[in-house]
Amino acid sequence: MDLTDAAAVSRARAGDADAFRELVERHSRPLFRLAFLMTGNQQDAEDVVQESFLRAYRQIDGFDGRAAFGTWMHRIAANCSLDLVRARQRRNDRLAPEDSGSGEDPMAQLPSTGPTPERLALSGELRRRIAEAMDELSPTERAAFVLRHFEGMRMEDVGRALECQPGAAKHSVFRAVRKLRQALEPMTSVAK
Amino acid sequence: MSHLSEEELILHYYGEEDGALDAAGRHLDECAECRALYGSLQRVLNVVDALTVPEVPPNYGAQVWRRIERHVPARRRWWRAGARWRWVAAGAAFAGLLVAAFAAGRFYRRSPEPAMAKADPAAHEKILLVAVGDYLERSQLVLIELANANPKAPLNISAEQERAGDLVSESRLYRQTAARTGDTAVESVLDDVDRVLMDIARGPSELSPAELDTVRRRLEAEGILLKIRLLGSAVRNHEGPEAQPAAGQRL
Repeated sequence: MDLTDAAAVSRARAGDADAFRELVERHSRPLFRLAFLMTGNQQDAEDVVQESFLRAYRQIDGFDGRAAFGTWMHRIAANCSLDLVRARQRRNDRLAPEDSGSGEDPMAQLPSTGPTPERLALSGELRRRIAEAMDELSPTERAAFVLRHFEGMRMEDVGRALECQPGAAKHSVFRAVRKLRQALEPMTSVAK
Repeated sequence: MSHLSEEELILHYYGEEDGALDAAGRHLDECAECRALYGSLQRVLNVVDALTVPEVPPNYGAQVWRRIERHVPARRRWWRAGARWRWVAAGAAFAGLLVAAFAAGRFYRRSPEPAMAKADPAAHEKILLVAVGDYLERSQLVLIELANANPKAPLNISAEQERAGDLVSESRLYRQTAARTGDTAVESVLDDVDRVLMDIARGPSELSPAELDTVRRRLEAEGILLKIRLLGSAVRNHEGPEAQPAAGQRL
């Protein structure tokens, strides 16, 4: 069976599980990518992918077809990721309230001289530091930044995906970029 | 000459300037200070692209489907079925539970080998067993509170949501263990409980009486509380008295 997304949605809506399977098989990989970037954790990303498809199946009658199915799924996965990251943060805050007050930015401790970015990239250190910097973002900042930067969504669409005003989405992206700059600039400036 | 703000530079980077056509681009041509700032912003944002996503296998989509497929047709039918069919399906769920309870016995059976003091798998299993029993009890409490709520006005369930969210995170270990040991029936019950808790945790924090009724009907239709009770009692039967935690003690 090689259905278009629209035809598969239409059949899935009528209760055809095979048609929904085709949608799952087709869209799982890009959703995993999005979920991983938003959660920063492989197991969480896999949970998000599964939960997103189940949520989509329950809500498929509400899918009006104005956006592509993939776009709709991205919105659902973005919200699932955001919920999961927020829940994780609430739990961490509750478990270690005293540990969060230092305000020290670990990236600020980086020496201004050191291995070149190329070497850092080779060793995986650069990626680790980027991941750490991403983890420092608030859930909303991270979600908005991932959708804008990695998924190439316009600010307006980011707002729509995260169910907030475009202005709020824009400011989340601004705050995210500012934090990433503070954290990563020392590493990029050594190449100059 | 007024300089470009960081926000304007970010919008320029993403090609989303407001207002005059490429005013930021023209300014950057003329202003070395802004150009330097923009260069630094570009470098950081380009470096962020080095963040990699783990590779998933080519058949990843099929794997996802295998994990979720048993929920898909069932949910659909539940959603649309009439009350009579719900009872039929509840009976089927009950039969499935008996299998699950039996499998729970196998899953939690202690190792017949004498345990060594250092790496004692039986002790580890016992701890896990007590933890699963505790997890099931706490899940049941959250769900019973919601099932028994009978408000006249919208009810704030944020406290229950938080507990549900915690339980969801906690259950991962138990599900993974069940999956690893091949106890699909136990995994299936934990999965069902997990899914309801996840929906509660991620749903609206205020539920109208009608929405609460939907939750209640779902719990009934899927036999969730019954599943918890049966699995919980199977777990308790295999814990043994020495595995019981002292009063008030939590793992």
